[in-house]
Amino acid sequence: MTIFLARVGAAFLGFLAATGRLTGFALKGLVGIFSPPFYPRLILRQIVYMGYYSLPVVGLTALFTGMVLALQSYTGFSRFNAESAIATVVVLSVTRELGPVIAGLMVAGRVGAAMAAEIGTMRVTDQIDALTTLSTDPYRYLVLPRLLAGLITMPLLVVVADIIGVFGGYLVSTYKLGFNVESYLVSTAQHLETSDVVSGLVKAGVFGFIVALMGCYHGYQSRGGAEGVGQATTYAVVSASILILVTDYLLTAALFGT
Amino acid sequence: MSDARTSTSGAPKISVPKISVRGLRKSFGPKLVLDGIDIDCAVGESLVIIGGSGTGKSVFIKNILGLLHPESGSIKIDGAETVGMSRAGRTALMYKFGMLFQGAALFDSLHVWENVAFGLIQGRGMERARARDIAFEKLAAVGLGAEVGELRPAELSGGMQKRVALARAIAAEPEIIFFDEPTTGLDPIMADVINDLIIKCVREVGATAVSITHDMVSARKIGDRIALLHKGKIVWQGPADEIDNSDNPFVDQFVHGRAEGPIQMEVRAV
Repeated sequence: MTIFLARVGAAFLGFLAATGRLTGFALKGLVGIFSPPFYPRLILRQIVYMGYYSLPVVGLTALFTGMVLALQSYTGFSRFNAESAIATVVVLSVTRELGPVIAGLMVAGRVGAAMAAEIGTMRVTDQIDALTTLSTDPYRYLVLPRLLAGLITMPLLVVVADIIGVFGGYLVSTYKLGFNVESYLVSTAQHLETSDVVSGLVKAGVFGFIVALMGCYHGYQSRGGAEGVGQATTYAVVSASILILVTDYLLTAALFGT
Repeated sequence: MSDARTSTSGAPKISVPKISVRGLRKSFGPKLVLDGIDIDCAVGESLVIIGGSGTGKSVFIKNILGLLHPESGSIKIDGAETVGMSRAGRTALMYKFGMLFQGAALFDSLHVWENVAFGLIQGRGMERARARDIAFEKLAAVGLGAEVGELRPAELSGGMQKRVALARAIAAEPEIIFFDEPTTGLDPIMADVINDLIIKCVREVGATAVSITHDMVSARKIGDRIALLHKGKIVWQGPADEIDNSDNPFVDQFVHGRAEGPIQMEVRAV
């Protein structure tokens, strides 16, 4: 019994220590991104890598999400003769919710994993220590450009995802379900408010920060060669995905006051 | 060997060691790795720390560099205490250091010349064109032509990577250069080339050198003074030419590479 309690206690203390480390890491980032020196070349490189190269995967996911959303809504809503609401449902769901979440999850898998692997490899091959010995703060050089890139790029990606997602819904509704093009477009625009789009973009910024934070944190903490780097990559994707979903709920509650 | 330094007050000459370590202790969890290290290194001296794998040689260097923080003890550089120093102080101190890592630790996303110029551009804010010229100069100093500068580190052999790492370590002309197992993993000829380059570069820059190695050929060649680290303590130290007549059973076993003796190899890595 004592051994069991000791193990539970040790696990709990380990959890608290890890939470503390992560919080410290995140706070350092929040403070650091507003203070020089900045590395514009590195930030730009990360923005291109995180944004431009994620466009195909995010675009495709958004397109099919919008399409399936229209199809599902139709099969459900037709039972209540509420088909006219489909355009509104698609545009609100995509801009408020699905655009940022789907893009966040895809970027976590594509970019968060790569960040963890790259920084993790640098850690286990002493490259991070080498940065320090060359009078360069590794946190500032490696982590901050990625955090900033996450914060800037995700909202831009989500704007694209929103447009493509809504377009997916439009395609299915007009070509497959036989909706009138004009009335579909009017209903799409009619109930959409600026706050719907803005709330989605705020979420996107937060998710971008989370993806970069988790990728950098787990890479930075990795130990023990190839196995450690592999583990860091897994942790980065899993923790970013979970945090995105949890934060999504909290932000929705905060932004819409429900 | 030890240069005398004149104190700023102008009065009596005092000899301040470049590096002075007293009572340095460091452990990881329950494992005590450094158990009260006392050692000095004079200005311009080349100190070599020898010891088996897992005896804490790398941990010792990382404590001096500030990459690890000791539990207790004192590390003075030029007479100034560095344990517990401020972040700004540590950044300023880093300008004095250069380090050659065991695995070279070159940045694989950058060209070879950018690796060499890294400390100058990022650390000291030098403009790229000037840093590039210096990088090619340093590459030439370690026997590498300009064409190598444009390659990526992954395209180089282990020996070439060590040379580039050496060029990077001396690029900013540091006052103290650390060498972590500089010849490990190299063939005997390339190891000798690296040893010669280390001696040449350290002499040219006029730096103090601290090397850790278990290669006795290298230790004899590059060291003015040798210290043997065993179980977290310095069990012997003396001039390099006295190592064969030390009358110390630890040194005797290590130098002759005998399995039998007071040194039992550690199973676990530090």
